[in-house]
Amino acid sequence: MKVVLQNLTKVFPSRNKKTQDDVIAVNDFTFEIPDGQLIGLLGPSGCGKSTALNLICGLQTPTSGKIYFDDVDVTDLPPENRGVGLVFQNYALYPHLTVMQNIIFPLQNLKGNQKLSKTEMQDKANEVAALVQIGELMERKPNELSGGQQQRVAIARALVKMPSVLLLDEPLSNLDARLRLQTREELRRIQRETGITTIFVTHDQEEAMSISDMIVVMRSGIVEQIGKPQDVYDSPENRFVATFLGTPPINQFTGRISQGSLFVGDDEIFKTNDILDQPVYVGIRPEGFIIDENGPLHCKLHNIEVMGRDFSVITSHEASINPTIRSIVSTDSAASLQSDVINFSIRPEKLFVFAQDTEKRIIV
Amino acid sequence: MEKRNNKAWFYLLPAMLFLGFFMVYPLIDVFIYSLEEGYNSASQTFFGVGSYNYSFVLHDPYFLQAVKNTFILVIFTVPLSTGIALLISTGLNSIKALKNLFQTIYFLPYVTNTLAVGLVFMILFNKTEYTDGLVNLIIRMFGGNSIDFIDGPYWAKMFVLCFYTIWVVMPFKVLTLTSALASVNPQYYDAAKVDGTSKFRTFTKITLPMISPMLFYLIITGFIGAFKAYSDAVALFGTNLNAAEMNTIVGYIYDMLYGDSGGYPSFASAAAIILFAIVLTITCINSLISKRYVHY
Repeated sequence: MKVVLQNLTKVFPSRNKKTQDDVIAVNDFTFEIPDGQLIGLLGPSGCGKSTALNLICGLQTPTSGKIYFDDVDVTDLPPENRGVGLVFQNYALYPHLTVMQNIIFPLQNLKGNQKLSKTEMQDKANEVAALVQIGELMERKPNELSGGQQQRVAIARALVKMPSVLLLDEPLSNLDARLRLQTREELRRIQRETGITTIFVTHDQEEAMSISDMIVVMRSGIVEQIGKPQDVYDSPENRFVATFLGTPPINQFTGRISQGSLFVGDDEIFKTNDILDQPVYVGIRPEGFIIDENGPLHCKLHNIEVMGRDFSVITSHEASINPTIRSIVSTDSAASLQSDVINFSIRPEKLFVFAQDTEKRIIV
Repeated sequence: MEKRNNKAWFYLLPAMLFLGFFMVYPLIDVFIYSLEEGYNSASQTFFGVGSYNYSFVLHDPYFLQAVKNTFILVIFTVPLSTGIALLISTGLNSIKALKNLFQTIYFLPYVTNTLAVGLVFMILFNKTEYTDGLVNLIIRMFGGNSIDFIDGPYWAKMFVLCFYTIWVVMPFKVLTLTSALASVNPQYYDAAKVDGTSKFRTFTKITLPMISPMLFYLIITGFIGAFKAYSDAVALFGTNLNAAEMNTIVGYIYDMLYGDSGGYPSFASAAAIILFAIVLTITCINSLISKRYVHY
């Protein structure tokens, strides 16, 4: 099912009536989530992504704006009539019920001609349990399960009513690193197999990038950029998106455009198109550095970290915003790392220039 | 390992001494008294050892009346007070405005002296030459006949005693349940809401199991408290409870020790041991039942 948000806004009134500084958790969201896709709502904590999820789910009502599922306006519908499944961050499994009872709980709520017999319910539960691979755990209580297993049960419970939209709030944040990798593959597989439009919230850009069909990057209630993960990574629209995406994070410099050239400190690193002279921020992805004796960017070498398949070269530059610059270079180019000063040439597609006042990207 | 064990006993020593002196020793002593026939507290002598004390107590009509009263009190007040407390605290938990005010009002009886409240109840229910009491005024307003609740028929007196007991134990239960309800993670309710769970089903299938440990605690202590009732009856009906047919088991024990017909510690001990056995049995039954319904 297609999900459309139209000028969606949620304002939380200020607790302190004197100051009247209302919190705008979600500010004028307008975008469309195509049917059957996996969407990641991505942003730092407190940016309103969970609120956005709750609005789509119906647990909160928007201050203004509309939500459509396909062409049906669901803005004023209560959650149970929207046909959504929600997986909570800490799973919210009922601790006193077994896995089986937890999964059939939503089915037992069905009324009228939707009502199912006991065996039908159990069949359905077993079906989703098989899908998320917890078939052998059905008689256990939630506290007898590991975090990853609880997560699967929560997904099974959300899926058992065959929702048209599946919502996940920070689905992987309670899992350890190894399990997180495994579970995100699992999420992707479950989503593919069911074909349910899935929206998940995360603050972990790697997580969002790795499994989403589309990511929505948010900051303080505002959508910064929407697109395919690789597209957003390759052409961020502003400085925030560029710095938020990518591990290791992008290296940032203060620089200026002067007479058709881009300067970082005193180093002229790039010939630009015909652009007005102005001070800028320069972002260079770690993989955008090439060790080159005649390269235009002169950095001071601090340290080399051997990662196996490549090197992480730690350097510094007087125009760098962070104290160190981290660049990732292939192992065969490390032979020339002898002196204290190291010269880089820059891959143009890994270099982004942002205006200093608006922080918007300038295409150079 | 051995050494650590000894250390643990050492830490337990103060508590064990205290409990030994003030709980275990008296219990054993009471049991011994209850078997000493014809005990004289002045000369501290007795004729023999046997079960005569128990036989006397169990055939004493005053004791049987006290047992009957106590059981009626337990059977009515424990479920009713717990149920009403649950209703009130659920209501309190779902309102936002004036919640604290209501909480305070419901808690007031807890900080009020039992005897003072008893006096108020007397005024409400008592029928004198000058007035019929407030409750009778209301009954008459609806066309009923006035009843003497304090010196009248048995059922009327029992009603007042139950009403009073429920009223006195309510605040603690409301307070406990309100905090238990407030401690349930609201995400469970959100989850239930998304799944389209009805209010009633949410309450019975989620709220109740979640607060079941607290509920169980209240029921157990409620049973024990009701079995030990005494001061409530005194507050309402005065000290001569046998004459008022309103005695309780603890009241009977007190009368046997210090009352007008008192001075029989052996009979009192036998009655106390019988009460102990009753409370123990009921608590064990409660514990067994709770295994099925209480989720920790």
